[in-house]
Amino acid sequence: MGRGRLVALALAGFAALLTGCGPDSASLVEEPSVGAGAPAHGDTFIEATIGDIAGLIPNITSDGASHEVGNMIYDGLVKADKDLNFVGAMAESWEFSSDCLELTWKLKRNIKWHDGHPFTAEDVLFTYQAMINPKTPTAYKEDFLAVKSAEVVDPYTFRVRYTRPLAKAVQSWSMWMLPKHLLEKYVADGKLKESPENSRPVGTGPYRFQEWKSGEKVVLVSNNEYYEGRPYLGRVVYRVIPNQGTIFLELKAKGVDLASLTAIQYARQTEYPAFRKAFRKYRYPSSAYTYFGFNLKDPRFADRRVRQAFAHAIDKQELMEGVLMGLAREATGPIRPGSWAYTNKVTRYEYSPAKAKALLAEAGWKDSGDGVLRDKDGKAFSFTIRTNQGNEERKKVAEILQQRLAAIGVKTEIQVIEWASFIKEFIKKKRFEAVVLGWGVGTDPDQYSVWHSSQMGPDQLNQISYANPEVDQLLEEGRASCQQQERIKYYHRFQEVLAEDQPLVFLYFRDALPVVSSRVQGIQPAPSGIFYNFIQWYVPKQVQRYTSG
Amino acid sequence: MLLFALRRLLLAIPLLLGITFVSFIVIHLAPGEPVPGGEEDLGRQLPKEVVEKIRELYGLDKPLHVQYWNWLTRVVRLDFGKSFQPDGRPVLTKIRERLPITLFLNVVELIIIVALAVPIGVLSATRQYSTFDKVTTLFVFVGFATPDFWLALLLMILFGVQLGWLPISGLRSLNWEYLSFWQQQWDFLSHLILPIAVVTFGGLAGLSRYMRQSMLETVRQDYVQTARAKGLSEGTVIGKHALRNALLPVVTVLGLSLPGLIGGSVIIESIFAIPGMGLLMVQGVFARDYPLIMGNLVIVATLTLFANLFADITYGLVDPRIRLGGRRRR
Repeated sequence: MGRGRLVALALAGFAALLTGCGPDSASLVEEPSVGAGAPAHGDTFIEATIGDIAGLIPNITSDGASHEVGNMIYDGLVKADKDLNFVGAMAESWEFSSDCLELTWKLKRNIKWHDGHPFTAEDVLFTYQAMINPKTPTAYKEDFLAVKSAEVVDPYTFRVRYTRPLAKAVQSWSMWMLPKHLLEKYVADGKLKESPENSRPVGTGPYRFQEWKSGEKVVLVSNNEYYEGRPYLGRVVYRVIPNQGTIFLELKAKGVDLASLTAIQYARQTEYPAFRKAFRKYRYPSSAYTYFGFNLKDPRFADRRVRQAFAHAIDKQELMEGVLMGLAREATGPIRPGSWAYTNKVTRYEYSPAKAKALLAEAGWKDSGDGVLRDKDGKAFSFTIRTNQGNEERKKVAEILQQRLAAIGVKTEIQVIEWASFIKEFIKKKRFEAVVLGWGVGTDPDQYSVWHSSQMGPDQLNQISYANPEVDQLLEEGRASCQQQERIKYYHRFQEVLAEDQPLVFLYFRDALPVVSSRVQGIQPAPSGIFYNFIQWYVPKQVQRYTSG
Repeated sequence: MLLFALRRLLLAIPLLLGITFVSFIVIHLAPGEPVPGGEEDLGRQLPKEVVEKIRELYGLDKPLHVQYWNWLTRVVRLDFGKSFQPDGRPVLTKIRERLPITLFLNVVELIIIVALAVPIGVLSATRQYSTFDKVTTLFVFVGFATPDFWLALLLMILFGVQLGWLPISGLRSLNWEYLSFWQQQWDFLSHLILPIAVVTFGGLAGLSRYMRQSMLETVRQDYVQTARAKGLSEGTVIGKHALRNALLPVVTVLGLSLPGLIGGSVIIESIFAIPGMGLLMVQGVFARDYPLIMGNLVIVATLTLFANLFADITYGLVDPRIRLGGRRRR
């Protein structure tokens, strides 16, 4: 991975040189001018994916590519809409009991599996049982283990009871539903991986599986009986191209229709007329943020003023410019911008080395004239910032932080460590001082496992050992309610407290930067991105490039 | 001779066992586990009991020597187990899928390299310090010094993006099924031109320099002098008497490059998106897919041992001065 990135960078420099001069990419110019033609079925849509899929039953995979392909083949009961709210997918409606403990689902009728078998509540029950089966190697059990009982009321009604109210309950049923009639015996034997459906999947989603050539491509064809209407794009091909530089060249040669750009590609290498004509670029906040975290068991970082001082010492604008050419948004807290629980009305820390120094002085760190901060015993303030290997972005962040901290008299070293050792030797054993890392955040604001003081164990996620009784209570209340209006209050307060406390310095949410061939119409960017209405994307008849079956 | 081969073959068994044992230990000692949830941002959390259950399922809960023994007893029956990755397919199937293309590419590359390097080496030796010698020396060293990923990208930009003559990556076009037989062959071939060109260019230097050196030494030998003195034509002297002897060390080097044939190059495969052995192995390492890594290792180790043996035997065959068996100890 590290090598791949290096290559991409090397290429970046070279391609920039090329685009500056000469008749670059003559092949890109002859595209017929794309007008807004009428929606039409057909054409093949080619996506580049950097990694091969790991398997075709997404429930037991944990890589992005498998989930992307899985989303096309399988559906859940609910899905996130363009504004990141959950709406029914295969569910017609759902209802909580007044104590929030019982959740009743009404399913849409006339949904069929790709093999023609009808989809019913039995399949939902089966999926639940498969997920909690100890022999099923899935990473997504947690929310299902909270279920006390589940029952099929009638073929189109399904009911679950929870031991405690679980706010994420609805979201958890966006899990891909699996066909009972095909997989029952494999789940019982703990052989889900070996089932034929893991290489020839049968789902209920908008696309049917056609072919998987390991390391090469995955081919899907549209499901013409899809319950939300037949998708326009007739065929979707995922091409495995393990190198970011190659993906970019394929894009320029029009070998792929969709790819994610790097920041430098987005800002510097795609701003020439031929590219702008052949592709449309999109930009929206992704669901992952980068942070500068501290081990709060370390007395130096346990002092809130020190963390606030660091927040003041960092110029987030400069950071985003330097690392991502500004293609990111400042993070004020851990909730995904654009989602219903998000607020930015929280304490901000403007860039001010003076304020930072004042706060540090208050906390007992004084400059004795040599530009180095020392405590009362004369010990200098210095520590190591650690981050994982293979992520150039985080390394650059660490370097900029190092420089900014040096400016206020704090000396830091940077150490970059291979991911698995990093987690095992430093994070889990809590043998770190400061880290640059990231969190991916879900659509639901519940972040109990990251911030609650009960989650500090070596295998748990509150690695920085953050403990704040108010936050604990807010998290408990937030996850125990099934009323969004009520939860909003808790999560707004939660963000305020975190911003005040700065248990870690929230740096930025990176922007997602997809680029799509301009012959594809019907894309409507929204807070959740562009992919929510994929089945409505189409290519007008006159500009279709491939015939598809 | 037969005795020698047999003895070497028998000696290879404990050696192979040793290799697998050490690899097995080292691989398992590396941090990280093939349990789901170890993904990049630690986003998922599995209850302890679940992790235990999965480790049990994979047999990872047992002591290391027991795991090794279990693995070994299966391998002697040629059962390399199933991949730990979510597709759960047998290791041998996965390797069999990837091996042909890697083998094909490497064999073609090797043939081209030999076919070019031997004449280049011979000519630069017989015309030492001539313009030809200087130019080829420069050429092969430029090839040697050029990073292959960089050259690959340059060629892709030129032939793939700018000129549009050759496909950039992959093995087949998407409309491959709809092409006629000959179009299919051309399509496949055209995808291989760039990767083969890049590897060949980079690989020429070693062998051609070796050939040149060996040839230079040979032409100074007395028997070459004798051949010339007999009045044989220069062509016969070089082509018949000198070349044969000069090829000896080159054959040894070639023998040692045989195991590399199935290894595959990660850099070339990832740049050209070729689904070969190199990528498979790296993917296996990242996923901590122990059965896959071990399966791959056993095959490469076995081939290396065989290639060594093969090189030794051929050496004896082509050079009668080297006596095998007897008191020779190795």
